[in-house]
Amino acid sequence: MSERALRVGLPILVLVLVVLAWHTAVRVLAIPPYVLPGPGLVLTTLIADGGLLWHSLLVTLATTFEGFVLAAIGGIGLAVLFSQSRLVEYSLYPYAVILQVTPIVAIAPLLLIYLPQPLAVLACAWIVAFFPVLANTTLGLASVDHNLIALFELYKASRWQLLWNLKLPAALPQMLAGLRIAGGLSLIGAVVAEIAAGSAGAGSGLAYRIAESGYRLNIPRMFAALLLLSLAGIAIFFVLSAVSHLALRRWHESAVKRER
Amino acid sequence: MTAPGSEIVALRNVGKTFDSGITALDDFTLHVRAGEFVSLLGPSGCGKSTALRIIAGLSAPSVGAVEWPDGAGKIGFVFQEPTLMPWADIAANVRLPLKLAHAGEAQARAAARQALEHVGLAEFATAFPRELSGGMKMRASIARALVTEPHLLLMDEPFAALDEITRFKLNNDLLGLWQALRRTVIFVTHSVFESVYLSQRIVVMTPRPGRVFADIAIPAPYPRDERFRTSADYAGYCRTVSEALGQAMGGAP
Repeated sequence: MSERALRVGLPILVLVLVVLAWHTAVRVLAIPPYVLPGPGLVLTTLIADGGLLWHSLLVTLATTFEGFVLAAIGGIGLAVLFSQSRLVEYSLYPYAVILQVTPIVAIAPLLLIYLPQPLAVLACAWIVAFFPVLANTTLGLASVDHNLIALFELYKASRWQLLWNLKLPAALPQMLAGLRIAGGLSLIGAVVAEIAAGSAGAGSGLAYRIAESGYRLNIPRMFAALLLLSLAGIAIFFVLSAVSHLALRRWHESAVKRER
Repeated sequence: MTAPGSEIVALRNVGKTFDSGITALDDFTLHVRAGEFVSLLGPSGCGKSTALRIIAGLSAPSVGAVEWPDGAGKIGFVFQEPTLMPWADIAANVRLPLKLAHAGEAQARAAARQALEHVGLAEFATAFPRELSGGMKMRASIARALVTEPHLLLMDEPFAALDEITRFKLNNDLLGLWQALRRTVIFVTHSVFESVYLSQRIVVMTPRPGRVFADIAIPAPYPRDERFRTSADYAGYCRTVSEALGQAMGGAP
């Protein structure tokens, strides 16, 4: 069997086995659906509540996407600013770290008090997502080959030329790695904020549906919403990986197939 | 443009001490005439690369002066590593100096094509650096240094990391280019054999701090080829230079 077939086939096999075991356990032990619904019931619920859940998914995805874009702009922008001015870096970097290490679950309720709810959710998505972009891009901008910098100096490159023609392309692999992490994190940020907001009794995102279904003991719907959320996370990861691969495939070792 | 034979650049009593306290160069004086092929020879750490970087303006001397009798002309620099941008194809890498100087796109393309032809890489213009061998990458690096048509070509142990077969081939190609284009070359190396084969003049340096120990002319005529490499003359020059290097390093010859 080829390497590729194994990489795709084995996880699918594991999935099938787990779902089968789940199904059998629920059947044989006669577990009631308000404790643990079987996979069949989760699927039927997903289809039956499809309209509602789909709408919620779009709300959450929109927040995630906006948070991601703002994190990308903020993270890359700040990293570029830091690379241009050491004073700015020394002044602001510690606060970026503090923002990152303070648990978002603890910040979310505060944000919900001071900001209108959609904005608070967006702010949470941004806060968790921007740091990996900032940290990775900063590392990338600082790791440029010193001889290439000397070469640019020799030809009297301007600051802008140095940034645009050397530093940014050189930092691209790390930047894309940061963005790939940020995609997943901005979904997490959005979900955390929605859960926090949900307990305040407002919102319509997917995470809010989970919280709401929990209060109503609608466990099958909780599972269905959870399934959608993790599918969304997987989709985000694959899209960003594909973008990264396309951008690097001609030149970076991480994306180039090794010849044997 | 400096007339052949007149002085193109001079280092006068140059000293360089780094922040770490290491003195790389001390009272170093060097005169280079237009069209000359000069080698700086010395053990690693003798400050020869530092001297080259000072000439290039990449490093400032702590004392002494760099003088350009006819004004500082265009300089080409070849590093020990190829130092190519991995994300750009070979043609774009070679075009870079012109792009940084805001040259026209069409003019830059033509110049890059010509420089690549000079080093025999014309058909690899659209390849990426990682697809080329070490020798080909070094050729691309030389093409990039030539693309601005510099008067002075500075080379910092460019072939040190290459295998012997490739190094000999590139030595010959470099001499061919030097004779065809008539540029001034300052070539840094730690190889006696390479410096004798290439140069008209070899400046032997002492280690730590770097000073001029001997200035040896190699009057063998050009073109030099494999016959020269195996001749008694060549062996004789190598012995002379080797002995000078041995004395410069403080040991008995």
